Amino acid sequence: MTYDVPVAPGESAVVEERAELSAETWPMWEVFVRARRGIAHVHIGSLHAADAETALQNARDVYTRRGEGASLWVVRSSEVHAFEPEEISDFVDANEKPYRLATTYDIPDEVGHM
Amino acid sequence: MTPEERFEAIIAAEEKIEPPDWMPDAYRNTLIRQIAQHAHSEIIGMQPEGNWISRAPTLHRKAILMAKVQDEAGHGLYLYSAAETLGVKRDELQTLLHQGKHKYSSIFNYPTLSWADIGTIGWLVDGAAITNQVMLTRCSYGPYARAMVRICKEESFHQRQGYESLIALCSGSPQQKAMAQDALDRWWWPSLMMFGPHDTDSTHTEQSMEWKIKRVSNDDLRQQFVDMTVPQADYLGLTIPDPELRWNEERGHYDFGEIDWDEFWAVVKGNGPMNRDRVDHKVAAWDEGSWVREAALAHAAKRAESAA
Ligand SMILES: [Fe+2]
Ligand SMILES: [Fe+2]
Repeated sequence: MTYDVPVAPGESAVVEERAELSAETWPMWEVFVRARRGIAHVHIGSLHAADAETALQNARDVYTRRGEGASLWVVRSSEVHAFEPEEISDFVDANEKPYRLATTYDIPDEVGHM
Repeated sequence: MTPEERFEAIIAAEEKIEPPDWMPDAYRNTLIRQIAQHAHSEIIGMQPEGNWISRAPTLHRKAILMAKVQDEAGHGLYLYSAAETLGVKRDELQTLLHQGKHKYSSIFNYPTLSWADIGTIGWLVDGAAITNQVMLTRCSYGPYARAMVRICKEESFHQRQGYESLIALCSGSPQQKAMAQDALDRWWWPSLMMFGPHDTDSTHTEQSMEWKIKRVSNDDLRQQFVDMTVPQADYLGLTIPDPELRWNEERGHYDFGEIDWDEFWAVVKGNGPMNRDRVDHKVAAWDEGSWVREAALAHAAKRAESAA
């Protein structure tokens, strides 16, 4: 497969070794793009940059080379807080609270579209 | 449900594994290795083509080539970004590349000797990459699959500009056409090698297929590529350098000759024509750029201070 370099006989498939980093590196930023007016910003990836200004410049060059963006946000990755439950039941289960759903209410046909 | 069962269930349901999910260490390590190699390939892949930017025959071709090489840098960055969701740092992966502990696709260890090589790379090398990467858009790891969708959109430009530049050469002077033929003669077999060993000799294919990281086997992808490419060579009036190549009515596919596996393994093991040059060049570019990285950090710190 194209970029999956085969493992030569006698070599190990997985490099588990971690490299030591000598210098301080640029922090990571998450990139959000609004593809065009009227829709929300969507997360498209991350990048490294020294500060917000260069992060925005890099985001423009890396993620919007063909007019894919009408607006860009960058957020320091360390500033993103996430709720990622292991179990889906940590979110409200729609089946347990059906009265929250519009389709569970019977409206007579004579009333027309509602 | 145990984490293992949840992982298996997501894979079985054709859903995507996302970064915070529990995953087996072997799945994580396989992905880190594969995505890193893929990223390194995009980055090293800029060198053979960058070699011709200053000598492109027209301003138009030069602009195209610069745009393509810039895209490859972007592909590398999307992929490092995908790898980082697995808990490794980009600089760490890069250091492993510089130390020769990580590999990249062998195709980039061949030299670009003439202008026709640039068109041929777009047509064959990006063409083979597309065959593989379209499959990877269905990979079970979300960030990798999403990066592939972005990349595939851009690869189509790469392949089409290459083929169009070969049409120009093949409808030019006899010397130009001969140059195109020479490039095809040199790039054909290395392009077929891009798909890796035969399925029977491919050590980690089976597990990758089970995990749905890989969806189509090496030999099937290679066959797809040959079937797609032969008529394109015919259109150019070029001859594919394989005396055994012929249409097989019964199979509904082209039969083709055997790859020189000795050459294949020699290049994988680091003994291709350009292995040393590629890595030396990469390391030199990184070292020479260190002052820029340091200056940017110093500038950011100073600005933050004066704003505070
Ligand atoms: Fe690429
Ligand atoms: Fe490409």
